[in-house]
Amino acid sequence: MNALIPPLLALVLSPLLLGVINRTKARFAGRRGQPVLQLYFDLAKLLRKGAVYSRTTTWVFRAGPMVGLAAALTAILLVPLGALPAPLAFGGDLVLFAYLLGLMRFFTVLAALDTGSSFEGMGASREVLFSALAEPALLLGLAALARRADSLSLSGIMAAVSPVAWGTGGVVLALVTAALMVVLLAENARIPVDDPNTHLELTMIHEVMVLDHSGPDLAMILYGAALKLWVMSALLAGLIVPLRSGKVWLDAAGTLGGLLIVAVLIGIVESSMARLRLLRVPQLLVAAGALAALALILVLR
Amino acid sequence: MTLFLYAVGILVLSGLVATRWPRGGVAGAIVGGAVGLFPALHVLLTGATESLWCAWQVPYGSFAVQLDPLSAFFLIPVFGLPAVAAMYGSEYLAAWRGKKPLGAAWCFYNLLTASMALVVVARNGVLFLVAWEVMALTSFFLVTFEDEQETVRAAGWTYLVASHLGTAFLLVMFILLGRETGSLDFDKLAVSSPNVVFLLALIGFGTKAGFMPLHVWLPDAHPAAPSHVSAVMSGVMIKMGIYGILRILTLIGPPPAWWGGTLIGIGLVSGVLGILFAVAQSDLKRLLAYSSVENIGIITLGLGVGLLGIHYGVPVVATLGFAGALLHVINHALFKGLLFFGAGAVLHGTHTRNLEQLGGLLKRMPWTGLLFALGAVAICALPPLNGFIGEFLIYLGAYRGALAMDTAATTELLSVIAGLALIGGLAAVSFTKAFGVAFLGEPRSEPAAHAREAGLLMQLAMLLLAAGCVLVGLLAPAVVRALAPALKIVTGLPAATVENQLANGLGPLGSVVLVTSLFLVVLAALVLLRRSLLAGRTIGQSVTWDCGYAQPTVRMQYSASSFAQPVTGLFAGLLRTRRKLVPPEGLFPRQASLETTTPDAARETIYQPAFGSVGRGLGRWRWLQHGNLHLYILYIALTLLVLLIWRLG
Repeated sequence: MNALIPPLLALVLSPLLLGVINRTKARFAGRRGQPVLQLYFDLAKLLRKGAVYSRTTTWVFRAGPMVGLAAALTAILLVPLGALPAPLAFGGDLVLFAYLLGLMRFFTVLAALDTGSSFEGMGASREVLFSALAEPALLLGLAALARRADSLSLSGIMAAVSPVAWGTGGVVLALVTAALMVVLLAENARIPVDDPNTHLELTMIHEVMVLDHSGPDLAMILYGAALKLWVMSALLAGLIVPLRSGKVWLDAAGTLGGLLIVAVLIGIVESSMARLRLLRVPQLLVAAGALAALALILVLR
Repeated sequence: MTLFLYAVGILVLSGLVATRWPRGGVAGAIVGGAVGLFPALHVLLTGATESLWCAWQVPYGSFAVQLDPLSAFFLIPVFGLPAVAAMYGSEYLAAWRGKKPLGAAWCFYNLLTASMALVVVARNGVLFLVAWEVMALTSFFLVTFEDEQETVRAAGWTYLVASHLGTAFLLVMFILLGRETGSLDFDKLAVSSPNVVFLLALIGFGTKAGFMPLHVWLPDAHPAAPSHVSAVMSGVMIKMGIYGILRILTLIGPPPAWWGGTLIGIGLVSGVLGILFAVAQSDLKRLLAYSSVENIGIITLGLGVGLLGIHYGVPVVATLGFAGALLHVINHALFKGLLFFGAGAVLHGTHTRNLEQLGGLLKRMPWTGLLFALGAVAICALPPLNGFIGEFLIYLGAYRGALAMDTAATTELLSVIAGLALIGGLAAVSFTKAFGVAFLGEPRSEPAAHAREAGLLMQLAMLLLAAGCVLVGLLAPAVVRALAPALKIVTGLPAATVENQLANGLGPLGSVVLVTSLFLVVLAALVLLRRSLLAGRTIGQSVTWDCGYAQPTVRMQYSASSFAQPVTGLFAGLLRTRRKLVPPEGLFPRQASLETTTPDAARETIYQPAFGSVGRGLGRWRWLQHGNLHLYILYIALTLLVLLIWRLG
């Protein structure tokens, strides 16, 4: 049954991460901020509503949120929580993981284009470019970890992270952590790549793509996004909290603590810096790829 | 073997019949293809090898053919796709009935299929080159089907010149191989300089396959041809180049490391540049043609990984690399055929291939749209379809190698991983663009608004290929296991090792299929959930939200070139996209326009200057040829005289 702990925690707790991020940002701004459980309330409300569809749209627009959520729900089966292995682990599952997120993005983009709106087209066109540049960074970073751990599954990679590993190869792990952090910020529409709270459609990327969705569709999108943030944060948390005691609940608690740290970190990044100009974003992503490549060179040496 | 010869016979005979009775050609293509599939599947599944050798009057020639698992593997797309495409083409070409000689077109079509089948089984250099040449010529006549158009004629000439330059390298290669023994039968060839042969094969076969920068004919010729021919050319014919390289590799002995490295380099350049140019195109069929260059790049990456595996003696890497490459050959035939059929249906229904004129077709052509979307998902290598499986095997080979090998090879393998990731991301850009701009949103022109759905035969052809994409995706372990006999030939490993390594690699593949099936179950559950949630609630209809703007119009939609702009801007140095901008002027601007085109960089920077200077250089000798018959006879007499003196002296 232990194998089911990571996906179950993801299902239940993923909306909480956004609450933590928002609370951190509010603290930095000197506000009280919305409740930590706000996303749960939003989801419950949206699931009770009807929906409005543009006359331009087709089945693609309705399929987008469902395919996206299904891909995210499948992806959580592959992601370990620190020392706790995922229920499904096999050599090469990291590629499948990356491509499941790719499938989610593909349909979100198509749903955006289905509305025929120039704003949503704009967001879609940015999203596909940025994710194309983030992909090599993600897969190279994971390759560096895989070579260190001599394993091609996410669970195997995470199991090999330990205080000893940080002691002997700390630089590599730190470089990969930095690369994955940039990928996380870019893929989850956070500052400095995208501003989830902006009020100007022209400058948005991810948020503008889902402008036309409503009701249960929007709930699926929000929940899918929360799951995506959770799985990528879980990978980071597994890296920065090298707790591998062998006791299930201790390890789980440690990695959950790591997730909290990641969420607070995202909040701090968002509070302390402005969004990059869109033309600068590719440079940031290529830099993340370079960090991952550097980590690889160090591993191979 | 007998069945195979029957199949070729049916194709050739029905091709001749077609000149009188076009429908006979269609029937022959379908029947011949279906008959040919039996021996191919039989040999591939049993691993048996059948040969036939007959003497032939031609110097150095012999009618030596052999059906081994590698040939049988390539025969599956060679017979399969043209048969399906013939079904599609019979309806597609109907619009030209009475205006064009359809009989001749079907004759060339069936001869093309027959010649490709012969290329794959030929075991004699002369026979191979003859089949290769027939393949080039028949496809040239098919490309120039609409020869009243200037662009089509130009594309045809480029293709003819390019394929003959490529063949010239193959000719030299075979002469080198047969020089010592005096026989061009494949089993008697002697390899004295494998490196030279490898390079000649790379250029000669690479021209047909469309390696960058030898691809220059491809983005012109594939869009110019009728769509079912484009599908056959992109889906099967360019794979003959891949087959040629594989066959030569089996003949010329153990590969040094740099062969693998070279193939990986070529694969990266073709893959990344191919898909970048695809992103920048606004002609739907040209976009698909550039994406073929990209997919050839992916196949080549797999070959490179496999060769490194052989060189360093890591069987698992060799097996996975070649398995991925071979599977991608089949996969690309399936989804590129499907996408070209879809593009042809769009062209058929709207009379334009320009994405800027399309839009909203999903409502008017629901089936074509659905199947095109499926093809787009498959070609972007997204699970749960077949494209993912092929690329997954190459990824896995590269990752396994990066874990096991020493530093030099690891760098190359890691560049494969990074390259595949980037190619995958950019493929998503170009196919969200292709499907999104053509099929979604509102129609951008009058013809697109009145588009008609393709006919039943065309839909059926697309459905067959789409079913193939789904089946290969979901039955991946069984399909990959069937590759074992072909892999044994390519890798040169003992059968037991290959099967062991495949079983080893199939474990993850089984898990992949498990996960993707779970995905489908979850998706089905979500569909039911959404339906039950929305049951009985108010479902509103409205216009698209455009930030409070009261009258959104079609012209405000994002267009194909605006969607691609972030990419073309970022890679401007490589793509050299040209912009023609008429900016809005004055206080009340009336007309403004922006037009972007991305011509082929290799053509503009390499070939046009090169051919231009050759033309100018040879132009100086033009005085030799002034059309005066007496002088020509004098030339002949002089030549004979010189030869006579040379012979006697």
